Amino acid sequence: MSQDTTKKKPVKRPRAEMPAQDPKERIRNFNEVALGYDEETAVAEAERCLQCKNAACVEGCPVDVRIPEFVAKIRDRDFQAAYDLIKDTNSLPAICGRVCPQETQCEAKCVLGKKGEPVAIGRLERAAADWAMARSDRVKPELPEPNGKKVAVVGSGPAGLTCAGDLAKMGYKVTVFEALHAPGGVLIYGIPEFRLPKRIVAEEIKALSDLGVDVVCDVVVGKTITVDDLFAEGYDAVFLGTGAGLPMFMGIPGETLNGVYSANEFLTRTNLMKAYLFPEWDTPIKVGRRVAVVGGGNVAMDSVRCALRLGAEEAIIVYRRSEAEMPARAEEVHHAKEEGVIFRTLTNPVRVLGNEEGWVTGLECVRMELGEPDESGRRRPIPIEGSEFVLEVDTVVIAIGTTPNPLVSQTTPGLEVNRKGCLITRDESGLTTRDLVWAGGDAVTGAATVIEAMGAGKRAAAAIDKVLQGKG
Amino acid sequence: MFKIVKKRELTPVTKLFVVEAPMVAKKALPGQFVIVRVTESGERIPLTIADYDAGAGTVTIVVQEVGKTSRLLGALPEGDRILDFVGPLGKPAPLIDRGLVVLVGGGFGVAPIYPIAKALKAKGVKVVSIIGARTKDLLILEEEMRGVSDELLVATDDGSKGHKGFVTDVLKQLIDEGRKIDQVIAIGPMVMMRAVARTTEPYKLKTLVSVDPIMVDGTGMCGACRLTVGGEVKFACVDGPIFDAHKVDFDEAVRRGRMYLPEQELAVKRMESSCAGGGCTCGGGH
Ligand SMILES: Cc1cc2nc3c(=O)[nH]c(=O)nc-3n(C[C@H](O)[C@H](O)[C@H](O)COP(=O)(O)OP(=O)(O)OC[C@H]3O[C@@H](n4cnc5c(N)ncnc54)[C@H](O)[C@@H]3O)c2cc1C
Ligand code: SF4
Ligand code: FES
Repeated sequence: MSQDTTKKKPVKRPRAEMPAQDPKERIRNFNEVALGYDEETAVAEAERCLQCKNAACVEGCPVDVRIPEFVAKIRDRDFQAAYDLIKDTNSLPAICGRVCPQETQCEAKCVLGKKGEPVAIGRLERAAADWAMARSDRVKPELPEPNGKKVAVVGSGPAGLTCAGDLAKMGYKVTVFEALHAPGGVLIYGIPEFRLPKRIVAEEIKALSDLGVDVVCDVVVGKTITVDDLFAEGYDAVFLGTGAGLPMFMGIPGETLNGVYSANEFLTRTNLMKAYLFPEWDTPIKVGRRVAVVGGGNVAMDSVRCALRLGAEEAIIVYRRSEAEMPARAEEVHHAKEEGVIFRTLTNPVRVLGNEEGWVTGLECVRMELGEPDESGRRRPIPIEGSEFVLEVDTVVIAIGTTPNPLVSQTTPGLEVNRKGCLITRDESGLTTRDLVWAGGDAVTGAATVIEAMGAGKRAAAAIDKVLQGKG
Repeated sequence: MFKIVKKRELTPVTKLFVVEAPMVAKKALPGQFVIVRVTESGERIPLTIADYDAGAGTVTIVVQEVGKTSRLLGALPEGDRILDFVGPLGKPAPLIDRGLVVLVGGGFGVAPIYPIAKALKAKGVKVVSIIGARTKDLLILEEEMRGVSDELLVATDDGSKGHKGFVTDVLKQLIDEGRKIDQVIAIGPMVMMRAVARTTEPYKLKTLVSVDPIMVDGTGMCGACRLTVGGEVKFACVDGPIFDAHKVDFDEAVRRGRMYLPEQELAVKRMESSCAGGGCTCGGGH
C-alpha cells in the first residue's frame, strides 16, 4: 500500500453515467431513482481525476472535503480509506453524496469541467459511503471519557445531528430535542424516499445513539420546554438547529380552497406520514388528475415528482422565471423531465379557481418576461399584461419558500432575529445574541442546503467545546 | 410512550383518558391542545386538553370516536401507552379577570370548556355554563361542570334533559334577560359554534370559539390548519385555536374540515371489516 498513488496517470474517458431506474417504471414507485456506481464504475470514474496540486474542487466544498485524496483512494480500490477521509470533514457522506448541489459547488470548480465534464465527485462520495454502509460489521465507536458537561440540541436536521455527533465524540452528554415524532428534519419529512432512502437517515441516527446521544422526539422547544428551562435543568449550552419550516403562501385569492397544499404539507403527508401507502398507512392525501406545483427549487421538484408517483396523470411546474434561474439541482430537473413533468416557466399564478363545493378547478396564471436583474442577481420577472390564462388542475402545491419557525425565538428572551425571522449570530461559530446559545443551518441562513447546515453544526460544536472547556 | 393512568367511558363513543405526560402537564393552560399518534403507521390528530395536573404530571383528554385514529385511541385500555403525545400546542385562551363569562359546550366540546371554567372560577370570574348534546345519554362531564360553574344550564335536542332545543336558545334567553355578559366562549361542533357566533353578533357580545381544523404537525409547519379570520389567513395551530367568533369564516372552515371524509370512511370501513372476525380489541368492530 505504500506506492505513491499520485504518480498514476489520469485516464481520459467520458464521465461515467449514473445508472437509474427506468423513468416509466419509477414514476410508479417510491424506490430510489439513482442507483449508484458499482465498484468498477467508481474506480473508472476516479481514474479521470487529475489529482491537482491546488485542487480547485476543494474550494467549492463548504466543508473542505479532501477531494483529490479520497478520489485517489477510490482509484486504488481502498474504499474504506476513501470513506474515512470524507468522514473527517463531512459527517453525512451517504446523504450529501445524494443531495448536494455538486454542480454549483465542487464540480463547478473542477478543472476538467472547463473543457469537458467534471469528475463526478458527488457520485464518488456516495459510492464510498454506500460501500461503508453495506458493511454491517461496523464497529461500535469507542465512547470517549464523559467530560461531565451537558449540551441540548434543538432540532434533528443535518445541523443538529452533526453538532450532536461532534460534541458526543468530545465527551459531552448530548440530548437532541425534536418536535416531530421522528428525527431527521427535512431529510425525513421533506426529501422523498426516491431521492434519499429513509434507511440511510435511520443509519445516521443509529450512529448517533451508538455515540450515546439521546434523541427525544415529541418535544417542541418553546412549547413543551423553553431554552431557559433547559439551562435550569443543568444544560451548559444549547444549539438551535430548528431549520426554516414555516411555509410561505402567495397571498393570492383561492389559496384556502380544498386541494391547495403547501409543499411542506404535501411532502410531510407523503414522506413522513407515508400517504403513498394509504390506506395501509392512515394519513391520506388528495392528488387529482392534474397537479400544478408552483416554484422552481428542490422542494418544487420533489413535490411534482411525488405527485406523479401518487397517481397524477399530468404534473406541471409553474415557475415565474426561466429554467436557467431555477435553483433546483440540475439532476432533479433532468430527472423530472425524464419522468414527463411539464415545465411552464415564465409563468406566475394570480388566482386559484374553485367550484361551488370549494374544490380547486384551476390555476389562473399570467405569462412573464425577464427584466433587469434584481437584488439576487437574477433577472426580475415582470408580468405581460393581458396574457392571463387558466391551467385546469385539481391540486395546487405551493413551493415558493419557507422561513424559520418563531416558536423558539418568541419564547427566549434576548434571542434576536432579523427581519426575515432568521436567528442573528454574532460570529462564524453561530453564537446567537444569547450567551451559551448557538444556532446553525436554515434557522440562521433561511432555506439553504444540507451541507451548509452540517458545516454550521460542526463549527458550533467546536466553539461550544472551546467555551465550555474555558479555552475560548 | 405515554401511559394511560386512568380511563373513563363518558358515553359509548366518548372516552376520557388521564395520560402521564409530565412535561406537557407542567406547561399546559386552558385552551391548548396536544397532537397524538397511536400506531407507527398512524395519523397525527389534535385533541384539546380537557384538564391537567402539573403536580401529578398528567394531562386529560377526551376522545370522540369518529375516524380510525380516534377509534384506535378509544379502544386503548387503562395502563396501555400512547405512542406520541406532543404539546401543549396553540395559544392559551385569553381569559378575563372579572365579570361574567358564559361558556357554551356542545357534544364533546364540553371537555375543553371544563379547564376554562375551572381557571375562570379560580380567578373569581362569574361563570354561567350551558352544555348541550343531542340527547341525555350523550351529555358529558355534567357534574364536573357544575362544580366549576356558578350556574349550569343544560339543553338537549330531544328534550330528554334540560331545555329542549339548542344551546343557542338558552344563550339567547340569557342575553334577552338583560344579564350583563362580558364574554362568551363556545366550543363544540363547527356548526354549533357558527350558531353561537350568529346569536351573539347582533348584540356585539365578545365571543370566542375554539376551532378544530385538520392538522398535521401542530407547530406551524404545514398550513393544513389554515383558516380565514377577519379576512386574513391564520394557522389555527399557532395563531389559535381560539379566535374571535365574529371574524371566523365558518363556511370555509366547515368545508376544509370535510376534505378527507371519503378517505376517513374508507379507513373506518377497512378497519371494521378486518375486525369482524372477533377477538380484535381495536374498537373497530362493535
Ligand atoms: C423538499 C426539500 C428538498 C430539499 N432538497 C435539498 C437537496 O437536494 N440538497 C440540499 O443540499 N438541500 C436540500 N434541501 C434543503 C435542506 O434540506 C435544508 O437546508 C437542511 O435540511 C437544513 O438543515 P437544518 O438542520 O438547518 O434544518 P431542518 O432539516 O429543517 O431540521 C430542523 C428540525 O428541527 C425541528 N424543530 C423545529 N423547531 C423546533 C422546536 N421548536 N423544537 C424542537 N424541534 C424543532 C424540526 O421539526 C426539524 O426536524 C431541501 C429541502 C426541502 C424542504
Ligand atoms: S479539480 Fe477535478 S480533477 Fe482536480 S482534483 Fe478536483 S476533482 Fe480531481
Ligand atoms: S397543523 Fe401544520 S401548520 Fe398548523
